[in-house]
Amino acid sequence: MNRTDAILEAVALERRFDVSAPWLNRVIERKPRQTLRAVDGVDFQIRRGQTLAIVGESGCGKSTIAKLVTGLYEPSGGAIQFHGDPNRMQMIFQDPYASLNPRWRVGRIIAEPLRTLRPETSAVDLGARVDELLRTVGLSPSDASKYPHAFSGGQRQRISIARALAGDPEFLVCDEPTSALDVSVQAQVLNLMKQLQRDFGLTYLFISHDLSVVRHMADEIAVMYLGRIVEIQPKADLFERPLHPYTRMLLETIPDLKVPNRDRKPMGGEVPSPIAPPKGCSFHPRCPLAFDRCMSERPVRNADVHQGRVACFAAEETRK
Amino acid sequence: MTDTVLEVRDLRVEFPTRTGILTALDGVSLSIQRGEILGVVGESGAGKSMTGLAILGLLEPPGRIAGGEIWLSGDRIDTLSEREMENVRGGRIGAIFQDPLTSLNPLFRVGDQLVETIRLHTDLGKEQARARALELLREVGIPAPENRIDAYPHQFSGGMRQRVVIALALCAEPELIVADEPTTALDVSIQAQITALLRQLCRERGTAVMLVTHDMGVIAETADRVAVMYAGRIAEMGTVEDVVRRPRHPYTEGLMGSIPSMHGDVAELQMIPGSMPRLDAIPQGCAFNPRCAHAGTRCRTEVPRINGTGAACWLALEGATE
Ligand SMILES: Nc1ncnc2c1ncn2[C@@H]1O[C@H](COP(=O)(O)OP(=O)(O)OP(=O)(O)O)[C@@H](O)[C@H]1O
Ligand code: SF4
Ligand SMILES: [Mg+2]
Repeated sequence: MNRTDAILEAVALERRFDVSAPWLNRVIERKPRQTLRAVDGVDFQIRRGQTLAIVGESGCGKSTIAKLVTGLYEPSGGAIQFHGDPNRMQMIFQDPYASLNPRWRVGRIIAEPLRTLRPETSAVDLGARVDELLRTVGLSPSDASKYPHAFSGGQRQRISIARALAGDPEFLVCDEPTSALDVSVQAQVLNLMKQLQRDFGLTYLFISHDLSVVRHMADEIAVMYLGRIVEIQPKADLFERPLHPYTRMLLETIPDLKVPNRDRKPMGGEVPSPIAPPKGCSFHPRCPLAFDRCMSERPVRNADVHQGRVACFAAEETRK
Repeated sequence: MTDTVLEVRDLRVEFPTRTGILTALDGVSLSIQRGEILGVVGESGAGKSMTGLAILGLLEPPGRIAGGEIWLSGDRIDTLSEREMENVRGGRIGAIFQDPLTSLNPLFRVGDQLVETIRLHTDLGKEQARARALELLREVGIPAPENRIDAYPHQFSGGMRQRVVIALALCAEPELIVADEPTTALDVSIQAQITALLRQLCRERGTAVMLVTHDMGVIAETADRVAVMYAGRIAEMGTVEDVVRRPRHPYTEGLMGSIPSMHGDVAELQMIPGSMPRLDAIPQGCAFNPRCAHAGTRCRTEVPRINGTGAACWLALEGATE
């Protein structure tokens, strides 16, 4: 990728959290300090007008990346370079409850970014824009006068999407934007997001645990496991030729409506604790291909192996 | 004895409110055979959990069963007293909920909870009950159960906790298990382990399972038949194969088209205009008619009903909507 194409780059990005027991307990119980590496050396670039999706299971670090990108967290290491207009970066959060001010009417919530960015907008224009945004996200203009508590979880998430769209963004960080929505509502929102992307050339960092949603939305997909990107590929390549054993197992595990497979063998084991991740490749306890090197050494994405798309020793052995 | 474990006939659940009576379930009829998994699927507010709660006798007052009958292997259970129903729950019917912690007491060791439940519903002595608890934990896939049986719920991961809940539901060899979103709170790699376990139990023990979920993918891979619910009614009922591949209700058809697939790309997902009505604004006639492209005069006045398999849609039933 040409450097100038990228609207955002993450370089060796790290975020650690101190999850130690309180000082007194540590002294009494002789416990050492504990650090959790929520994001553990992550590199990616996002091309203007495209969608990079990050997929992975709970706790793998997706939301932490979202918060690093939007500046809610400071990196503990590495860096994020944003080459766009910082005023036009917006975020849609995972939790629709926490992100809406309960004492404001919905109309005010949605109008807020507009009012801040373009204070000259007339009340009439603001009202019309709020109506339009409410309709776009599947609510009704009459909802503008209600408070957030009058809405279901799904409807609240639509309100926060409308608010993010109000600021006329160029770059949107979307953390599980449809996870709280029913599938038919999800379809409306995903279609809408794709249409907005086409119409306005938006760039998305799209985070989801749902591979089928990711398949629908992404141009490129990064698969995370325990704080690291284990694989990153253009969408079509990832689904056609997954390179990492974890990706392959995910693809084999997830039930699919259109191609159901009742004899699927579920992936064994569980995601280990991120406080004490396994040595070497952190996937090795669950990996059918693991060999001795995987237990001691940590695989990294290497430009000579499958164009740097995968961090796995087994993939290195079969490199092309 | 017949092989029909659960039979629900024309069930109606109402919630009296200050502004009038809300009908949460309307004319719900379904049955589950021994060893069968019936999926009950629908979007939030469709009434799928309500159906499970009504069967379990766990409706929150003022919610009440206002009509219809519920039969468990030939015994009517909707008319039982609260006390009698407590025996049926955990005895003849096991329950599994989305959050394992609603079924487990955080203050007690899982082994003690299992032993207590086993002793409540069987004549086993203490030692035997503990042996049975171990056996159950092993059966639901807890590794080295002899080391885990005296642990507290919080010492288990989410997936392992849900396995313990399943063991708890199995304590009294129930005829029926009602599982409400049992995998929703779990990671995808763990979800598949739990649904595989449910299928295996159902096959090996002949338990009837009612699997309530919003996830059509889980239904497609786990259930034998499926009931699709909409606005408190069953919109369509049939084999999973039929409902997924040849949906006959326009709502089901839209629902299937709105779900992105892991295989193959579409430029646009199918959309159903509008949203599901609230309970206080269910339209006359077919509840789906304002969102339906085929709606005719009959759809706006008369409720289409199915008895058993089929689609509750005038077009599917009569070939016409006028
Ligand atoms: N503020 C914090 N303090 C301590 N630990 C944290 C903090 N934020 C996140 N973590 C930990 O970092 C890891 C990554 O968390 P993160 O929220 O990024 O995961 P995620 O991939 O978004 O998961 P989910 O799919 O559940 O949303 C987890 O183990 C989490 O518990
Ligand atoms: S590095 Fe080794 S353990 Fe890790 S995914 Fe590759 S083969 Fe498996
Ligand atoms: Mg998250």
